[in-house]
Amino acid sequence: MIAIIDYGAGNLFSVKNALNYIGFESCFTKDADELRKADKLILPGVGAFPDAMKMLNASGLVPTIKEQALKKPLLGICLGMQILFEKGYEFYECEGLGLIEGSVKKIESCGLKIPHIGWNDLTALTPCPLMNDVPEQSYVYFDHSFCAETADEHIAAYTTYGQRVPALVMSGMVYGAQYHPEKSGNVGLTMLKNFCTL
Amino acid sequence: MLAKRIIPCLDVKDGKVVKGINFIDIKEVGDPVQCAIEYNRQGADEITFLDITATHEGRGTMIDVVRRTAQNVFVPLCVGGGIRTIDDFRDILRAGADKVSVNSAAVHNPELIREAADKFGSQCVVVAIDAKRDGKGSFHVVINGGRIDTGIDAVEWAQRVYKLGAGEILLTSMDTDGTKNGFDIELTDTISNMLDIPVIASGGCGCLEHFSDVFEKTQASAALAASLFHYGELTVEQVKQHLAKHAIPVRKIKA
Repeated sequence: MIAIIDYGAGNLFSVKNALNYIGFESCFTKDADELRKADKLILPGVGAFPDAMKMLNASGLVPTIKEQALKKPLLGICLGMQILFEKGYEFYECEGLGLIEGSVKKIESCGLKIPHIGWNDLTALTPCPLMNDVPEQSYVYFDHSFCAETADEHIAAYTTYGQRVPALVMSGMVYGAQYHPEKSGNVGLTMLKNFCTL
Repeated sequence: MLAKRIIPCLDVKDGKVVKGINFIDIKEVGDPVQCAIEYNRQGADEITFLDITATHEGRGTMIDVVRRTAQNVFVPLCVGGGIRTIDDFRDILRAGADKVSVNSAAVHNPELIREAADKFGSQCVVVAIDAKRDGKGSFHVVINGGRIDTGIDAVEWAQRVYKLGAGEILLTSMDTDGTKNGFDIELTDTISNMLDIPVIASGGCGCLEHFSDVFEKTQASAALAASLFHYGELTVEQVKQHLAKHAIPVRKIKA
């Protein structure tokens, strides 16, 4: 069973639809026991970094998520990926979950439109099981204004939007996708399948 | 490199696909879920449903269409038409849509944009602007499917909705819509140059060159077309092959 953490932020339905489609059972939960029992965890999220952290802290699930992330695979998606880092700088400096070293900052616009919305291509950097069977320069769907700053060893794949934008990050059993795998067609479904079969 | 998006639009009435020319004469054709699956197969970067149902029963049917599409198609799905309240937003998003577009309701109640952006995030708030030349060198916002001229300047309105928290603008030219003479380059260029958020060009597309034109001559992030794809005159694949030949970045998909 894959537990999709329901802390009040994000489009949970799309993630569940995608998991159903590729044949993996999942549930929405805000219950610490269910997180402990689940095989894998997914942390979704849309909106702003401080709001998501506020909701996550209010849910009381933070200690359980931190403890379980050492025992089983966890995948953060979009804002759910951003809050895996130590700090975010959206509106003001805010503590994240600290599961991956690094921070989250506004994308330098360089005259480009912000948010970075749409399909952009991936370049693999550090080997990662989630990239299995994903062809080089595959396109995935992004929708964000902030991006992670972290060491290369944590970056499985990046895209380019004025600057290098970490797209798929990892540390131990913790993975984070800045894009939406559940909205990235067959490429995204392949990555979700790779996660589900870790 | 960020790809230019190609978005087929399906006009849906009482759960069935229709396509009206200039939003008026309507004839019925096909199941929206099957159409969406086919567009996804062709490589559509996003799919838009425009609900033109007037009745309450029809609205319920639309929710069901969205739900069934979201279970089978894994690219962003945008739904517009008749959205008036935060509850409408919630119902559509809960059914599995990723974005909701608002048009007339945003003109009547601009705060709806801010509320929806606060509650669900700007990424899901698309403001649809239907614009028409006023004959004096400006564009006016028209509503109710082009029937009412609000007198509001389209450029000012676009800036305002951006500030209120719109995540994208779906810009339809009522002067070119249904003509098949090409997108409204002047309108699209003006609005897309001025705003940081993506602008989706819509209305008037009739052939492959119109797609390359709009991306070469404006800052549009995406192009939307309905009848062209709907009647099978062009496939999304053909459009992308054409754009790639013009060195315009597109998402290529492998079968």
